[in-house]
Formats: sequence, C-alpha cells, structure tokens
Amino acid sequence: MSKDKTLGETLRERGVSRRSFLKFCATTASMMALPPAMIPVIAATLEKVRRPSVIWLSFQECTGCTESITRSHSATIEDLIFDTISLDYHHTLQAAAGSAAEHAREEAMQENHGNYILVVDGSIPGDNNGYSTIAGISNKDMLMDVAAGAAAIVAVGSCAAFGGIPKADPNPTGAVSVSDLVKDKPIVNVPGCPPIPAVITGVLVQFLTFGLPELDQLGRPAAFYGQSIHDRCYRRPFYDKGLFANSFDDEGAKKGWCLFKLGCKGPTTYNACAVTKWNDGTSFPIEAGHPCLGCSEPDFWDAGSFYKALSVPTEAIGKTAVYAGAAGLIAGAALGASLRARKQSAVKNHERVTIDDLDQES
Amino acid sequence: MTADGMPATDFAASSPCAPPTGNLIPLLHEIRHALTRWLEQREEHVIDLRSIPLAPGEEDRLLEQLGAGEVQARLSVLGPSDIIETRYPGVWLTTHYNEDENIIGRFIEVCEVPGILKSQLEDSRAGLGRLENDLSNAETTA
Repeated sequence: MSKDKTLGETLRERGVSRRSFLKFCATTASMMALPPAMIPVIAATLEKVRRPSVIWLSFQECTGCTESITRSHSATIEDLIFDTISLDYHHTLQAAAGSAAEHAREEAMQENHGNYILVVDGSIPGDNNGYSTIAGISNKDMLMDVAAGAAAIVAVGSCAAFGGIPKADPNPTGAVSVSDLVKDKPIVNVPGCPPIPAVITGVLVQFLTFGLPELDQLGRPAAFYGQSIHDRCYRRPFYDKGLFANSFDDEGAKKGWCLFKLGCKGPTTYNACAVTKWNDGTSFPIEAGHPCLGCSEPDFWDAGSFYKALSVPTEAIGKTAVYAGAAGLIAGAALGASLRARKQSAVKNHERVTIDDLDQES
Repeated sequence: MTADGMPATDFAASSPCAPPTGNLIPLLHEIRHALTRWLEQREEHVIDLRSIPLAPGEEDRLLEQLGAGEVQARLSVLGPSDIIETRYPGVWLTTHYNEDENIIGRFIEVCEVPGILKSQLEDSRAGLGRLENDLSNAETTA
C-alpha cells in the first residue's frame, strides 16, 4: 500500500467492499467500548487515514506481547490494522536481520521524523546498559534516539508501561518503564501480561481515528481501562450477595461464586478482560475459575500473594520478615529449603496443595 | 409455551454453574423503549451486546427470547455476518464472524433495516464501472 493513498482508496483497490469496511468499523467500535453511534464517525475518519510509519522496539520482554497481537482473533482487525500501518521495524516479525534491519529503522526514522508512532514492549535496564542491547546499542540509547522523532509512544505490556516482571523485587537489572525515561512525548500505556490483543490493535486504531485517546491517571486509555474487572465481572452479583468460594474445589467454586476470598484482584484491576475476553472471546481467567492476578496494574508481581483476599493482611509475608530479622539469612534459607522439601514431598505423595501452601511459596 | 404460541423464557432461571447478572430484563426493556421511539420518532438505536456483562447462558436466553422473524440474511464480508429480523419486527440481530466463524461482534439494532444490509453507494459505483467495462469488452469482441 502506498503511503500517499488513503486507507479507503487502498481497500477499494483491493476489492474490499464498503460493507466489509463497515463491519470492520462496527467491530472496532465495539472493541474500543465506544457507543455504536460512533461507528459512522470511525468509518468516515479511518477511510481518510494515510498510512503512518510504526517502529516497534522490543527490550527486556518475553515476546508475549507480540505473540498476543499476532493472535488477534479477528481476521478483519489484524488484516486491516496491518494494512493501516506501515510496520517499518519489528525485529521479531521483520524478515530483515542484522544491519539491514537497523538500516530499515534508521530510514523510517529519517523519512517520517516527527510523525511516526513508536511502540515499545519490554522494560529498560537502568543499572547497567550492557544488560540488554540490540545491534550493540543499549536499550536506553535506542529508546531515547527513536523517541526523539516520534509523534507518540505506545508502551505495550506491563513491562514497558510499569517495569513489569523484570522490575519485580529484587529488580536485578534496575528495570524502568518507558515513562520513567521519556518525559517529552505523549505516552499511551497499554499494560497487561500480555495485553488483550484486540486492545493493542484497538489503541492503534483509536490513535489513527481520534488521535491520542483519553487516558487515566496511569496513562492507560480509558476506553479499555476505564472500569475495573470487578465492575464488569459476571460473578459480581455473588459478591453483592456475600457468596464466595473459599477454596478451588468447594461448593462455592462449583457454583461459580465470587473468587474474592481466593485472592481475586478484580476490584483493584482495571482492564477489559471481563468484556473483551481471551482466546477468540471464549472466556477470561475468572470465567475459567481462577482469580484475577491484576497483571495490568503497576508492580502486580510484588503486590502480595495472588491467593490472599485484598482486605486480608499478608500475614505470611509479615511472619517471614520477623523470622528473617530475628534469625538472619540462615533462617530465611532454612525456611525456603523447608518449603521446597514440603513441595517435593507433596508432589511425591500426590498430596493436595492448599492455598496456604501457595501463599507461602509466593 | 405462552398463549400466543411463542416460547416462554424463564429469565429468573440460571444455569447450575453461572449466576445470573440480572441484566436480561433491563436489556429487554431497553429494546422496548427503543422500539417505541422508532415507531413514534423514527429514531434508530443500536445495542452492543459485548458492552453488557452477561453470564454464560444469559445471551442464549436473550437470543431465544428474541427468536427469528421473517428475514434472515447471510453476508459474506471479511467472514460471514448474519442479520436476522427477530420476532419483533424492527428489532434486528446482527452477528459478525471472522473467517474462522468465531463471533467478533453482536449487535441489536432497532431500525427499518440495518445499514450494512443496504446496497452501498461506493460499491454500486464500482459495480457500474465493472458493468460498463464488461459491456465495452463484449461490444469489442462482437
């Protein structure tokens, strides 16, 4: 697709009918949680969009975010989003490698200076630039260099948005988020571990259609992160009635009652999982019977046990801290060894692992 | 069955594993209000079913209640789309699928006919061009 042609012109040239385009706009509006009345506005705006250059940088990450976007279940979305943008650099997806790949990035930066969209997944090592490099360039240097000419930055995944798992205690690389380093560009955070694929593509479409989206206090687009998992959860009526599962196999769990007491972070987690869902819209963790881990919130990995209810103090952590303070590191190591031994013994004897066991390991 | 032969739906009933959200009855009232506005003011209304939390099984019960009326159309537009006029004329159910036939969007539309079902001017213009081209070719060969 030529960068001079509008999306509408290109689609017509390719034989994509107006009905198909309207369908794309309708499903996109739905995905962006926009009222259906916005469908004609999206159609009118997107049709006139010229193909923007996108440079995608991957730093300290697991490639889960890229896996997520390439598995966007809507064929219309994934086809059209890649028709709509010019993905000029993505070192996992592009065919070119080595100096040819870096040349493509530099060329895109030069040709589209001030206008390209920079997408980042992964956090950036802050302690020692040598922890993560691409083509001999440190992550920090590459980020600052590419960010300088970007129109806007989309930080995809909890690592880019908040530091994520690389930043989890003890944060061995001194990992920081994109917004910790870049202060002079608009940044849209799209957290999640990984983010919902439709949310990633939806943010790009929203940016192309309406410009920078409305953001919450953590820099997340309100259209997708405006409501808590808890508020949109189909199990919410059980919470309101005080009906909870107390273990993963009790009567409450079998009846699909609220998972709050099993540590569900839905009340403090803002994301679109409960509505957009995962795996072709099949379900989301709570529908599969597991509490929400809160992966789209900052420092979710260090926010206490995944299996402790939000209002219950993290007793195990407190006790461990007291023991460690009293008996020093040897006691801590002994506790760890004891837990490992218990786990191995449980595996050997096929013992049932309880929530308390999981708590002590986390 | 109800007195008029329509299937009766027990909205209070819930499946053994899914708690009802209580959203079904309000949703049907929203459709009722929208249909009233359509009849009185010709105001169209669209409800995005993905925007409403529904427990597993609740959407099926909603679709069962809406039923199927006189018009059922299948479009082939970047994957299929089904457009059904429900048993309440003027209330349409539009379901969009991707090419793997997974549902990617579902809307209830209260209108004369959903916009996507109508012939589109842009497509008609392109069609006219093709027809003129075909005729020109045919006359050249003749």
